[in-house]
Amino acid sequence: MAKKKTNSEDYLRMYRQMVRIRTFEDNANQLYLSAKMPGLTHMYSGEEAVAVGICEALETRDKITSTHRGHGHCVAKGAEFKEMFCELLGKEEGYCRGKGGSMHIADQSNGNLGANAIVGGSMGIATGAAFTSKLLRKDDVAVCFFGDGATAQGLMYEVMNMAALWKLPVIYACENNGYSEYTKTEEIAAGSITARAEAFGIEAHQVDGQDVLAVNALTTDLVARARKGEGPFFMELMTYRYHGHHVGDINREYYRSKEEEKDWKDNRDPIIRFRGYLVSEGLATDEDLDALNAEIEADAEAAVKYALDAKYPDVSEVDMHVFADIKHALA
Amino acid sequence: MREITLSQAVNEALAEEMRRDETVFIIGEDVAEAGTPFKVLSGLVEEFGTGRVVDTPISEPGFMGLAVGAAMTGSRPVVDLMFGDFIFLIMDQLCNQAAKTHYMSGGKLSVPLVLRTNMGATRRSAAQHSQSLHALVAHIPGLKVAMPSSAYEAKGLMKTAIRDNNPVVIFEDKLMYQDKAPVPEEEFLIPFGEANIKRAGTDITLIGTSSMVQVCEKAAEILAAEGVSAEVIDPRTIVPLDEAALLASARKTSRVIVVDEGHQSFGVTAEIASRINEKAFYHLDAPVLRMGALDVPIPFSPALEDITVPTPEGVAEKARLLVRGEMIDAA
Ligand SMILES: Cc1ncc(C[n+]2csc(CCOP(=O)(O)OP(=O)(O)O)c2C)c(N)n1
Ligand SMILES: [Mg+2]
Repeated sequence: MAKKKTNSEDYLRMYRQMVRIRTFEDNANQLYLSAKMPGLTHMYSGEEAVAVGICEALETRDKITSTHRGHGHCVAKGAEFKEMFCELLGKEEGYCRGKGGSMHIADQSNGNLGANAIVGGSMGIATGAAFTSKLLRKDDVAVCFFGDGATAQGLMYEVMNMAALWKLPVIYACENNGYSEYTKTEEIAAGSITARAEAFGIEAHQVDGQDVLAVNALTTDLVARARKGEGPFFMELMTYRYHGHHVGDINREYYRSKEEEKDWKDNRDPIIRFRGYLVSEGLATDEDLDALNAEIEADAEAAVKYALDAKYPDVSEVDMHVFADIKHALA
Repeated sequence: MREITLSQAVNEALAEEMRRDETVFIIGEDVAEAGTPFKVLSGLVEEFGTGRVVDTPISEPGFMGLAVGAAMTGSRPVVDLMFGDFIFLIMDQLCNQAAKTHYMSGGKLSVPLVLRTNMGATRRSAAQHSQSLHALVAHIPGLKVAMPSSAYEAKGLMKTAIRDNNPVVIFEDKLMYQDKAPVPEEEFLIPFGEANIKRAGTDITLIGTSSMVQVCEKAAEILAAEGVSAEVIDPRTIVPLDEAALLASARKTSRVIVVDEGHQSFGVTAEIASRINEKAFYHLDAPVLRMGALDVPIPFSPALEDITVPTPEGVAEKARLLVRGEMIDAA
């Protein structure tokens, strides 16, 4: 593992956040499989080191934009289980009062400007958050999460061009999990992904997205430099999603093999790897970590139960929040 | 009262709001030194600098997306879209992102953004620089739509738009930039959703938007000479729409023609006509008529282009038929 930090509290928080994401997703998957969740959802399991390594390098005031595969970003930026499960179930106490659901979950209090169901749709938003930072002379940084598939959207090149021209404090974080839906990245991406950013004069890095310390060390450095006006930056994080494209994508051998999935899970799992590191470095014992896992599982279970019992929004909310200044748009 | 052009009115509104609020900035193509091809923004960059009057590459989706993110994080962008026809390029950022963010986030995020663009045919600009596409925008919940009919409205509505906490799209008629109208020196704002009765009358109501207000006023003069008293109403904003004022006039005169420069089918005229049918039917003595642009792409040749848009003579002719009780091909 790449080693930079020495603060064991930081390490344990990273471990904890990764386990929280995995646990959240396992519960969300169960909710789907038991038909308790409306709609469908995209699991972040396997990619935890990306969201956690990056968000642990950010302050609450820094902004992120997220994707359809966004639960991991949301947890990593500081969200609570209870409000998240409520949102997934369309309940009033959800982060978006049940109006957004899995694909639009946003947590403005922690700087999460929202997941987005349009692939690549948030690249302008992240760049604009960085523009505000510069315009209002703040030193906030914005991180734009997006998948390898989103690199095929023209918007990305338009905003990277502007971000580079204007030296905006934005970090483009490409989560390359090898697939967009049911198609391999090599079938949709010509040439090199990092070279595309470099063409705009943007410093670009490829990093092992299963190594939380490597991701965190790189991001910490880039964030500090972005705050000083040296941005934008680009990261390609090599990672893997364990589940199907969405929870209903069960039989997927036609596009990727079980052996490949097993190899990533057995040999490159970000949580297992980091746990091994923590124990071997004497930063935690197996018992400590088992206790932590159990605590997180209990939290998730309680949050799921709370969300299942929680109220749906009153039907009178249907025309609320259409406009910021009009209580009921249809009144 | 002094008279200024519509172009000067927009310029003054922007300058006043930018002086008042440092979070307001202008972004678009050739907005700075060039002051746009229509010269509406001349002089602003000299006062506010290139940090707040921002020239962009020719990347409409990119700068629109950037503005959405800037608006979500504390700025108040005024996006300059050189021609209304280019709105098709930014539809995702406008309609999927800006329009829905407040709703999808359950009211937690807002997008206080103004999109300034234009409309209007008969400038010999052919099919891709002549469209009036405001109905497309008005169709999407979450967007407000203002349509100034003179310099006075252009200034007052722009100032209101900039202070509004929602995305607002303002369509200026590009043929009216040099038209003068009385505009007070003192500060004023025009509230959204308040129609203006431009001329009182008793026999028929002519509802017009943007430059069609002038067309309706001229038609009313022609009719007055023939002893027909026409009331002319300018809704000023089509979202929100001052339905009460339009219905009150319809009930009073019992005959209505709705005139708008968008294509006639599935447009603003149809929407207003059907609301009057639904809510004032028993007060009507004739079917409500729609007059929009012909349902053809706008042709280049002056001989063809001029017949695509409603004219005072055309409106007066239909009004005569309605007042005489000749139902045309309607009933
Ligand atoms: C503009 C757009 N096109 C297509 C889709 C359908 N879609 C949803 S997710 C997805 C794949 C995205 O792949 P990637 O960006 O690599 O993200 P990943 O799912 O791998 O995390 C597609 C095609 C969409 N939501 N938006
Ligand atoms: Mg992918």
